[in-house]
Amino acid sequence: MASSGLSAKTTGLRPASASLSRWRAIRKWIAAQEGWVFIFPWVVGFILLDLGPYIFALIISFLNWDVGRPPTYIGLRNYQAAFTDPLIGKSLWNTAFYTIFHVPGSTIIAFTVAGLLNQKVRGMPIWRTMYYIPSVTSGVGMALIWIWLFAPRGALNGMLGWFGIEGPRWLTSTTWAMPALIIMSFWGVGASMVIFLAGLQGVPQHLYEAAEVDGGGWWAKVRHVTIPMMTPYIFLSLILGVIGSFQVVTQALLMTGGGPDNATLFILLYIWIMGWNAFKMGYAASISWILFAIIFVATVIQFLGARRWVYYEYQEPG
Amino acid sequence: MAATTAEAGRSRPVVLRAFRWTRRFLLYLVVVGGSFVYMYPVFFMLRTSLTKESDLYVVPPIIVPLPPVWENYAIMWQNGPTWSWMKNSIIVVSFSVIAETVTSVSVAYGFARTRFAARDKLFIGVLATMMLPGAVTLIPRWLIFHRLDMIDTLWPLLIPRLFGTAFYIFIMRQFFLTLPRELDDAARIDGASHLQILRKVVIPLSVPAIATIAVFSFMNRWNDFLEPLIYLLRTENLTLAVGLKFFVSRFGTEYHLLMAGAMLLIVPMIVAFFLAQKQFIRGIALTGIKG
Repeated sequence: MASSGLSAKTTGLRPASASLSRWRAIRKWIAAQEGWVFIFPWVVGFILLDLGPYIFALIISFLNWDVGRPPTYIGLRNYQAAFTDPLIGKSLWNTAFYTIFHVPGSTIIAFTVAGLLNQKVRGMPIWRTMYYIPSVTSGVGMALIWIWLFAPRGALNGMLGWFGIEGPRWLTSTTWAMPALIIMSFWGVGASMVIFLAGLQGVPQHLYEAAEVDGGGWWAKVRHVTIPMMTPYIFLSLILGVIGSFQVVTQALLMTGGGPDNATLFILLYIWIMGWNAFKMGYAASISWILFAIIFVATVIQFLGARRWVYYEYQEPG
Repeated sequence: MAATTAEAGRSRPVVLRAFRWTRRFLLYLVVVGGSFVYMYPVFFMLRTSLTKESDLYVVPPIIVPLPPVWENYAIMWQNGPTWSWMKNSIIVVSFSVIAETVTSVSVAYGFARTRFAARDKLFIGVLATMMLPGAVTLIPRWLIFHRLDMIDTLWPLLIPRLFGTAFYIFIMRQFFLTLPRELDDAARIDGASHLQILRKVVIPLSVPAIATIAVFSFMNRWNDFLEPLIYLLRTENLTLAVGLKFFVSRFGTEYHLLMAGAMLLIVPMIVAFFLAQKQFIRGIALTGIKG
């Protein structure tokens, strides 16, 4: 490029030089847009599969759309109905209850397990795999297993029996069905565990050595090195945990069907029931927007709070 | 004076060694004990799937059912078009893993390493799609695929995977941001294009992260329940995860058959995980991140 510029100057052709510099500016501009090439698939997908459907969903939420009949415009009446629907209150309460126990509980468990798996212990690949397997099999497979574990004469009550405790009828008890689903969720911490483990392996060794030189014991190292260095990963895990936990549906659909007496009616399950059992697409869409608003606010609050406690530092290579 | 120091010199290592021993023992106890607690449901499922129905509630419980009752699997397999479910799952999963990983890595690179005016505004879009409950798009997408006459085909499960997945884009971008910028600045000075930097510099450093999102993709698609549930109608068109839903209603409390069905869903995942884990560990070794 430099040599071509030089040749333009030596030939003394002014118009050519001008067009050349314009050409150069265009090329520079194109080069600056190169990022679009990488992001292009996402942009297309965003318009066709997200933005378009969001707008469509907003329109649907203003319609009375019982599948099979032509939709009619009813303004905000779906939302008015939603705010007075006791089952929405119930399902939001259930979902919040689940989130309050599931998210902190599984974050602490995942962090502790990741810490254990980061120790030098013989046969570690085997132990690591054993902790992770239940997460690999999460979803339908795990739900089937836990139906059996929670059965009135299943394994859990068998074990409680050893201590002379008569176990509840977990999945058919209005008191115990929700705790049962929360307990079960603690077996699915593998994803956060892997993220934490990756983070732990990136904590620079010299920080631990520095803590040791300062006479810091095991807890001091965890408190002043590990946790501060891990805050970005903890934050990621909390954000995704809340988002995921507000959208729990598979377990409830398979294990309890939302019962007994709506004790495990999660908000997404209610949307599914309204949409694909009752075929009230308009009403289901309006509930999904309420869910959207809740998740959005929860996430924004977490991001604002993150400035106080999340610590970012570029990791050193290797 | 000299004697006491010598004494202390002799006894201190013994105490220290005993302390270290206890600590190591406790560490092993917690690590190994915990791993058995975590695997217990899977062991229990395997055991039940090979137990006679009449032996399910025997006290004391049978730990290893002998002889194993393989017949449970035969009964379970014949319950529905199981082979057809499996085939559908394999199509959906293999396509999704490749498509999601390739597009997510490339999109994440765009967000982490290239510069253009709208980049950060667009990334807010990625975050928004992550935060948006799938249910909001579930209804309009279903109506769109319905209009396109694709209900009861696999297309609604395949097409959306071609555009990158917000969650994986986010993970990869966060990972790319932790890689030192000097590396690609150096490559830029040498005249490398973005595509070359991605292929020669960034991807080799990111193998563990890429393996991680590939495993996540495999897990999520294999276990995916809600999407196939709403898009697929005829029994033989279902994926395995949704097909097994019928087991719950059909087998009810015949837990030995229910567990045989669960095994069908879980064993391929465990096998796949072992293959991926090898890759994962090799990736960690390649990048020189020490455990």
